Amino acid sequence: MTRTVSTDQTTALTGIGAAPILDQARDRVLHRGLGLTQEQILQILELPDALLPAALELAHDVRLKYCGESVEVEGIISVKTGGCPEDCHFCSQSGLFESPVRAVWLDIPGLVQAAQETAATGATEFCIVAAVRGPDLKLMNQIKFAIERINRVVEINIACSLGMLTQRQVDQLAEWGVHRYNHNLETARSFFPEVVTTHDYDERLDTCRMVKDAGMELCCGALIGMGESNAQRAELAAQLAALDPHEVPLNFLNPRPGTPLAGQSIMSGRDALRAIAAFRLAMPRTVLRFGGGRELTLGDLGTREGLLGGINAVIVGNYLTTLGRPATADLDLLVELNMPIRELQKSL
Amino acid sequence: MSTDDESGTTEIPSYCGHCGLPAHTPDAHGVDSDHDDSNGGCSTRLAMEPPRYCSQCRRRMKVQVDPFGWSAACSRHGTVTQ
Repeated sequence: MTRTVSTDQTTALTGIGAAPILDQARDRVLHRGLGLTQEQILQILELPDALLPAALELAHDVRLKYCGESVEVEGIISVKTGGCPEDCHFCSQSGLFESPVRAVWLDIPGLVQAAQETAATGATEFCIVAAVRGPDLKLMNQIKFAIERINRVVEINIACSLGMLTQRQVDQLAEWGVHRYNHNLETARSFFPEVVTTHDYDERLDTCRMVKDAGMELCCGALIGMGESNAQRAELAAQLAALDPHEVPLNFLNPRPGTPLAGQSIMSGRDALRAIAAFRLAMPRTVLRFGGGRELTLGDLGTREGLLGGINAVIVGNYLTTLGRPATADLDLLVELNMPIRELQKSL
Repeated sequence: MSTDDESGTTEIPSYCGHCGLPAHTPDAHGVDSDHDDSNGGCSTRLAMEPPRYCSQCRRRMKVQVDPFGWSAACSRHGTVTQ
């Protein structure tokens, strides 16, 4: 679906004049294919509500020009839930908090079934996730066997998210055919110590760089709404852009009981949409995926606006510990918006 | 939602599946009303996430979420699935 609103139209609609940043973004991002600078990203994040539709329109045009109309659909599954030794303050799976989430492992038949069900929706990505600092031998073996079994019965790209890796583990995952590896930065370097104290930002970057160097696609995302400032959101977007990941999942905080961020307010839908536009304008070519928390932050209407504002990928169905929209709701919406599901391309 | 109750009996829920508090007392979120009515807290949350506490005994359950369903197992009262 293509739509375009000119600067003149925007001015007429809002009556307050278009912000110069939108003209700058149109020239720099849409016409020249360059991402916005950190300062420019911040200006997008601070646009008045009246100009938000114009920013989303522009982000959508950028997405169509550099990524196309298709939407990448993914399913995710937790192979090892809870009991994590890290203290990521947003996460209900940390064993250091009084969270109601108990540790549980999923067996290989369960993983295979989930992969089959995911593929049946038309999804091309299936991500296996573990709540760990990094994988031990037991987990690596389970991943290896799971990949073999899944590949026997279903055509789908397999991604993993297993925490911080050693070089040997990176090499093994690449050898086993892991298509994409997820390791999020989560937040800006300047805010990271407020959110995680058991490891540092550079440890995360090390894993991300090793993954890219090994030839796997890097999925590196953000979690916004944790109390960071707009300047720190812009900092994060710029840091992600510098890392140049293949995919950026954009998550919105869903405050979890028992975690240090349990009392954090849910961010506004408008701020979430501003972030979507800003991240797209920072990274015109990346796969920008709706991650967790959108149901709470944006609801049904916001999901539609996000898909028309720079998003070009979704997680279908449930998340790791919480539930998503019914798969049919997202798939029907894609049909309505005339956005085809991206077809499977085995890249490794 | 289906249940695999080892006792084979149907019991009236005693505890909130979301926060584990007794089902008919004011909840932990500062709402001064019966816990399980339309206060919009735990009942809303339970539409967006699986239960974490057994409604019969308040034990924390082992919960596995998969892309299109979930199961929650209580060591005493069996497994609930959706």
